[in-house]
Amino acid sequence: MLNYTEKVMDHFRNPRNVGYIKDPDGIGEVGSAACGDVLRLMFKLDEKGRIADVKFQTYGCASAIASASVLTEIIKGKTLEEAENITNLDIVEYLGGLPEHKIHCSVMGREALEAAIENFRKGTTGRKTLEGKVICICFGVTEEKIKRAIRENKLTTVEQVTQLIKAGSACGGCKEEIAEIIASLAEEVKATPEVTPRKGMTNLQKIQLIKEIIEYEIKPELLQHGGNIELIDVNGNQVIVSLQGACKECHVSNITIKNLVEPKLKERVSAELEVVEER
Amino acid sequence: MKKVVYFDNNATTMVAPEVIEAMQPYWSKLYGNPSSIHSFGGEVRKDVEKAREQVAALLGAKAGEIVFTGGGSESDNMAILCALEAAGPEKKHVITTKVEHHAVLKVCDYLKTKGYRVTELDVNIDGALDLDQLDRSITINTALVSIMWANNETGVISPIEKIVEIVKSKGVLFHTDAVQAVGKIPLDLSKIPVDFLAASGHKLHAPKGIGVLFVREGVDLPPLIHGGHQEGGRRAGTENVPAIIGFGKAAEIALEHMDEKNERVRRMREKFETGILSRCKGTRINGRNRLPNTSNITFGYVEGEAVLLMLDDLGICASSGSACTSGSLEPSHVLKAMGLDESSIYSSIRFSISRYTTQEEIDYALEHIPQIIKRLREMSPFTQVFS
Repeated sequence: MLNYTEKVMDHFRNPRNVGYIKDPDGIGEVGSAACGDVLRLMFKLDEKGRIADVKFQTYGCASAIASASVLTEIIKGKTLEEAENITNLDIVEYLGGLPEHKIHCSVMGREALEAAIENFRKGTTGRKTLEGKVICICFGVTEEKIKRAIRENKLTTVEQVTQLIKAGSACGGCKEEIAEIIASLAEEVKATPEVTPRKGMTNLQKIQLIKEIIEYEIKPELLQHGGNIELIDVNGNQVIVSLQGACKECHVSNITIKNLVEPKLKERVSAELEVVEER
Repeated sequence: MKKVVYFDNNATTMVAPEVIEAMQPYWSKLYGNPSSIHSFGGEVRKDVEKAREQVAALLGAKAGEIVFTGGGSESDNMAILCALEAAGPEKKHVITTKVEHHAVLKVCDYLKTKGYRVTELDVNIDGALDLDQLDRSITINTALVSIMWANNETGVISPIEKIVEIVKSKGVLFHTDAVQAVGKIPLDLSKIPVDFLAASGHKLHAPKGIGVLFVREGVDLPPLIHGGHQEGGRRAGTENVPAIIGFGKAAEIALEHMDEKNERVRRMREKFETGILSRCKGTRINGRNRLPNTSNITFGYVEGEAVLLMLDDLGICASSGSACTSGSLEPSHVLKAMGLDESSIYSSIRFSISRYTTQEEIDYALEHIPQIIKRLREMSPFTQVFS
């Protein structure tokens, strides 16, 4: 049996503010289906700059649903500056606690909020992309994210990092690196060290981004028409995909690629990309 | 107590009322030690031997080939560890599959730390083994092949007859973890020459804490637990008499009209699956050639734990091989080996019914499950896919 508080179960059974805002001022999305959870958060501001309406959609477990639900309750009526100060621990506290291995659900809530605020301010995509060196390849967790989790939650062990942000929980190949980061921060947890994110995207980040855009933006659109798409490979700037279902038999499949898949990837990832169908 | 619709019979089963009745005298009336010289214990010994015959009958075995153990996991451990001891220190290779129960896989992991080489055979998207791969993997150093009879998560049944033929033609020992198969499908060990077979009482309406290891007559197997002459010197420790009597009775009941009962279970399962597939878009049944009671269903774009908790609110008990419940967030190794993508693995639920399942329970589940899936999908960012 899972050890959830009444509050978690209440917000899981009756989640508040589920849904979609048609024309949001800010929208942010974090996670991926491959990790078992995705959270999309959107808000609308009133004339005084306070959050007038907030909605979320999630694919995730009970604590992911509950974390998102309470987050919307917490930030409603707040200014963005106030909302920004909400940490994942506030969400956990509001829920009366979460099992240790579910704390990452609260982290996702806070990250989605951040992405949505950034989207409002800078007009960025709202989709959190990876910046800086990726330490945990399995879950796409960057060095910066790990450092931040360590500082904010005063973490001292690899296990704590793993539980909080999943880094190192799949293959475990990055555990040593995480331990080094913890060691490097042990003394400066109080100070605020300078972290400069790497300019431009690494190949790994590029592939990750292409994968996510195909999975979350292009695939759903094709599924609606009985089709499907799968990313086969990325070779330099060449993206190789395979169209399935209705798309496969469709004699205009090349048009799907040139009018939908390629422009979207060019816009979001790099103008140099070319999309070809696997034959 | 709230309503319970128990669709988790591959996890454990209800003890049959007839089994409880059969066990009743052995707590405070017939409590003698079967090893005692006095006739008070001697009577009990006779009853234990009768239970042994009942279990042997279910397996198509001889009574002398049945060793009672503390459960399915102990039987698997004993078969593997003791067979390797019997095979000698020269033979350092074991073959198993990627989809075994942990009672086998974790023993193999342990063996790796002791210098053994372990080959884990692949399965395809249907959960089926490649018998050529098995054939190719056997070497002169292979001590043991261990392949499950039926899978606990998907119910996929292995072609044990063909597997044994390949393994025995090379003179290698063969063990099968048949914990999910015994009592659910007919098995006849007089025709299929496996060397060892593990079974568990609580999967077939006997109590927990009692298992069986079949050891073929003439095959040498040293004990895992030393300390007494019980079970022909193969498993020390005073017999768990009430549970042994219970296992015997449960085996007898399972054998009666097995085909008829299985057919009824199969029809209910088919009604359930057809109902789910027709009422929920984006669902898929995992595995082919399965036990009659097991359905492993992927509900695309919903997360397993959320489904299980909503089912639990309605009293429907099911399970998932994965779910991000463990700190390590390990997706089901079985579905992974079958090649399902990770999001499908997190979206998969196992329903396992039994002969006690009723049509009303199937109807109740069919009425509510589609609503749960719909509700969760409405919350999902992928909601447009199914709108």
